[in-house]
Amino acid sequence: MRAALVLVVLGLACVPVAAADPPSPGVTHVKVPAGTPAVAWGAQLFGANCVTCHGPNGEGILAPVRGVGDQTGLGPSLVGVGARLADFYLRTGYMPLDDPYSQPHRSRVLFSQGELAALVAYVASLGPGPGVPSPHPERGNLADGQESFTEHCAGCHQIVAEGGYVTNAVAPPLNKASPVEIAEAVRTGPYLMPRFSEKQITDAELDSVIRYVIYTKHPDDRGGWALGHLGPVPEGLVTWFIGIVLLVATCMVIGRRFHA
Amino acid sequence: MISRAVHFLDERAGVAPFFRKALRYVFPDHWSFLLGEVALYSFVMLVGTGIYLTLFFKPSLAPVVYHGDYLPLRGREMSEAYQSTVDISLRIKAGLLIRQTHHWAADVFVAAIVLHLLRIFFTGAFRKPRDLTYYIGLLMLIFALLEGYLGYSLVDDLLSGMGLAIGYSVAMSLPFIGANIAQLLWDGPFPGSDAFMSRMYVAHVLVLPVLIGTLIVLHLTLVAARHHTQFISRRATEKKVVGMPTFPAYAPRSLGLAFAVAAVLFLMGGLIQINPIWQWGPYHVSQATNGAQPDWYLGWLIGALRLVPSFDVTIGHYTLVPNAFWGGALFPLFVFLVLFAWPSLERRVTGDYAFHNLLDRPRDAPWRTAIGVAFFTWIFVVFLAGAADRMFVLFGLSYQGQVWAFRVLVWVLPVAVLFVTKRICDELLRGEVVEVRRKLVEAKPAA
Amino acid sequence: MTRWVIALLVLVLGRFRRRPRLDSEARIVPAGTPDRRAENVVLLLFACATLCAAASLFVYAWDAIPNQTQFLGLALGLAFAFVSAACIVIGRRLVVTEELEEDYGTTHPEEEEALDQLVAEGGDRFTRKRLLIVAGAGAGTAIGAALLAPVASLGPVFDVSSLYRTPWRRGVRLVDEAGRVFLADDVEEETFYTAYPEHADREQMGAPLVVVRFKPAELQLPEGRAMWAPDGIVAYSKICTHAGCAITLYRKPTFAPVEPKPALICPCHYSTFDATNGGEVLFGPAGRPLPQLPLAIDGSGELRAAGNFSGAVGPSWWGVRNHGPRS
Repeated sequence: MRAALVLVVLGLACVPVAAADPPSPGVTHVKVPAGTPAVAWGAQLFGANCVTCHGPNGEGILAPVRGVGDQTGLGPSLVGVGARLADFYLRTGYMPLDDPYSQPHRSRVLFSQGELAALVAYVASLGPGPGVPSPHPERGNLADGQESFTEHCAGCHQIVAEGGYVTNAVAPPLNKASPVEIAEAVRTGPYLMPRFSEKQITDAELDSVIRYVIYTKHPDDRGGWALGHLGPVPEGLVTWFIGIVLLVATCMVIGRRFHA
Repeated sequence: MISRAVHFLDERAGVAPFFRKALRYVFPDHWSFLLGEVALYSFVMLVGTGIYLTLFFKPSLAPVVYHGDYLPLRGREMSEAYQSTVDISLRIKAGLLIRQTHHWAADVFVAAIVLHLLRIFFTGAFRKPRDLTYYIGLLMLIFALLEGYLGYSLVDDLLSGMGLAIGYSVAMSLPFIGANIAQLLWDGPFPGSDAFMSRMYVAHVLVLPVLIGTLIVLHLTLVAARHHTQFISRRATEKKVVGMPTFPAYAPRSLGLAFAVAAVLFLMGGLIQINPIWQWGPYHVSQATNGAQPDWYLGWLIGALRLVPSFDVTIGHYTLVPNAFWGGALFPLFVFLVLFAWPSLERRVTGDYAFHNLLDRPRDAPWRTAIGVAFFTWIFVVFLAGAADRMFVLFGLSYQGQVWAFRVLVWVLPVAVLFVTKRICDELLRGEVVEVRRKLVEAKPAA
Repeated sequence: MTRWVIALLVLVLGRFRRRPRLDSEARIVPAGTPDRRAENVVLLLFACATLCAAASLFVYAWDAIPNQTQFLGLALGLAFAFVSAACIVIGRRLVVTEELEEDYGTTHPEEEEALDQLVAEGGDRFTRKRLLIVAGAGAGTAIGAALLAPVASLGPVFDVSSLYRTPWRRGVRLVDEAGRVFLADDVEEETFYTAYPEHADREQMGAPLVVVRFKPAELQLPEGRAMWAPDGIVAYSKICTHAGCAITLYRKPTFAPVEPKPALICPCHYSTFDATNGGEVLFGPAGRPLPQLPLAIDGSGELRAAGNFSGAVGPSWWGVRNHGPRS
């Protein structure tokens, strides 16, 4: 009985561990003398961390190449992707990616702020591309955002951005996304996500969408314990493990416990 | 004062002998015999909170524009049904408490019925003369499932609207007659006419509650007519039922359970949020959300629908069996057929047509227990498969991998469980025989 | 005067006189010892219940209290919990728990026989019982059928032709949620759009479309659909052919060598459809490919339907393959 309890507790303890951000692969920091322009620093960082998959000049490696150690070199071209894409992938920790075949996921950023800026500047210099967006969610309309989010995003990310399954991938929950990251993701379409341009979702509409996503981080939960906003699955667990447990316990207090 | 009331009633209705008999009616005592009462009191809570909700809910699909205080919905077009539910939840004082209590009560109601059913099955309480009581109970379970589904579908929110589309598709998938039945029920192709809302509403607030209420009365009358079953003891036999009388012993206990059910449901209704429909938004045919699920008691169906491989059975151009039929219709039909057929099947196989007032412990009927555990394991594995997407998002287990794993587990695990359970029952019984022998040997003084 | 007072007193007090027990030896309920401690516990529990119920009234009345739902539920729930506890204490400690015996019921063969006899004798005068029963049953069945007939008015149970009907036909313009017309140039690659037929009811399964653009070389449409995707723009029904949910997921690879191909996916049971080859099922339980709508770009660059869908839309039913969609 006790062993079972220990197993249950251990099993439950694994949940937060599994759901937390997994550790990122290590990065190589590069020290440069003061006054080095960002692009140059970024080039060195790029050389130390990114060329295995993205090629020596960011032109991409389109067929798998056996690299140093166990690394497989395979990655898209970064020419012309602009600061916007680099900023997104680096600030979320999507990059660097250990295994080019796995889905990038949010992880601990090991680069310093200066290094991040340098890398972004370098990637932006590879070719003309969009800059880092500056959204204004406070100008957005919450109801418009809800409608737009339902139309474009809820199918993958779930109606209150708790994340969901897409065949062969996960659409992550958005509770950790900053307004800039949301704008960048919407315009870039990372991994399997569609890319929504200004033609499809204007900057004003995007402000509304971002305002709604920020709202979903702390939605109106006046009904009580929100159970992760996941709907009937946790509700069913509560029904059995709280409601029924309490009521069966009451029955056991009232009725005889063993038959003669 | 009570004696005056008794006298009054006896003069008007002649009920003193009935009351005397009723108040000394004997209830065998075991905690597992109270599970049915948990369901009964949940039903009472459902009716009470439900009546309150009907005083505010508008069963109409007429489109309105929301101008209330909840900003994410302001200016959105929605049905009156949805808007009235948003109002109940966000504007009407105590409305959310009553609504949430009502929904928790529905979930707990079905859970209690299922637990009660398991107790009835594994102790053999369904045997003659109580098979009729058992059939009535199964019928109530079916009605409860339907009642719950209709209840949360009335709201016309995004999640339940998707659920109705699936229900429609399952109806359409019935061979030969599916499309006709679906057209009849929905008054045309999905989403149907406005009449469909009226039908759901009247079914949910009148027809099904009356049906369930009537069946409850029949069920309890039958239980009382034949007396409750009991576990064997020195005094308790096939001929004599031993227990405590309604008054003064049983009544306070039963009342205590009733109030406990109310307590648990109100506590859940106030402290734990359930179905926050204002967050889901209104339903439109062209919209959907990831992670949509039915309420727990229909989870076995979504699991089945997800596990069935991709095929429609066709003969030329005629679609004999659309895909949704296997998981959405045949699976539950089969489960209930087995449950309905069990008492007569067991009689025929064991050749035992006698009355049974004494209960088996699960181990006393090894085959019934083993097959029962295997059968419910089968259903439970399918049920688990319904949440595979959440398992993927939370734990990173490949969804496709899970689907294949579940497709195998669904057949393999019940078989394994069958043999393991049978073995456990046999071993437990054998152990008891050994114990008895040991006690006899110890009682005998050494020669 | 005193006599009247005494008489009045006797009359009044006599009302409160205890009626004597019928037979004080034959108790129905056996005697039990009192338990004042348990009584005190019950009193305390009732007091707590009263306080909680009063608290809930207070919470209800005073709007300024935040988290109304939580406090109302807590107060009301606890009130019931205390009353429940009181009842349980009464049941276990303050009333006598007797163990009584009763006979289980049996059958009543004599009464059953009497009933059989009753029914048999009641029908003695009939000479053609079976015929009369058949006739009565026939009349009853016919009346039942007649009474049931209005049920058929609930919906078009015999006419399923509306299941084939969609609001699309050649020339109908595609519009977005706001009613703006879709220009072909507005449709970009690597994203997806929802389109509706102009001037039609959107709340029907035949209405919504999902529109995506590919490079024409990426498309491998089935036979006869070469002209269905002008400039690489394809349109499919947005309603899943499995169980009717809206297909609101679109998967587009950023880097093709490591990512799966583009697909339209349904969030209910994850039926996955290939958008480049006519909506074939890649994964999931759908048994039918996604119906494709032929498109055309008119002189002003607007997207219009070039016909109806490749197959009936929505979930499968017995006639879903018997006929194409009708406008």
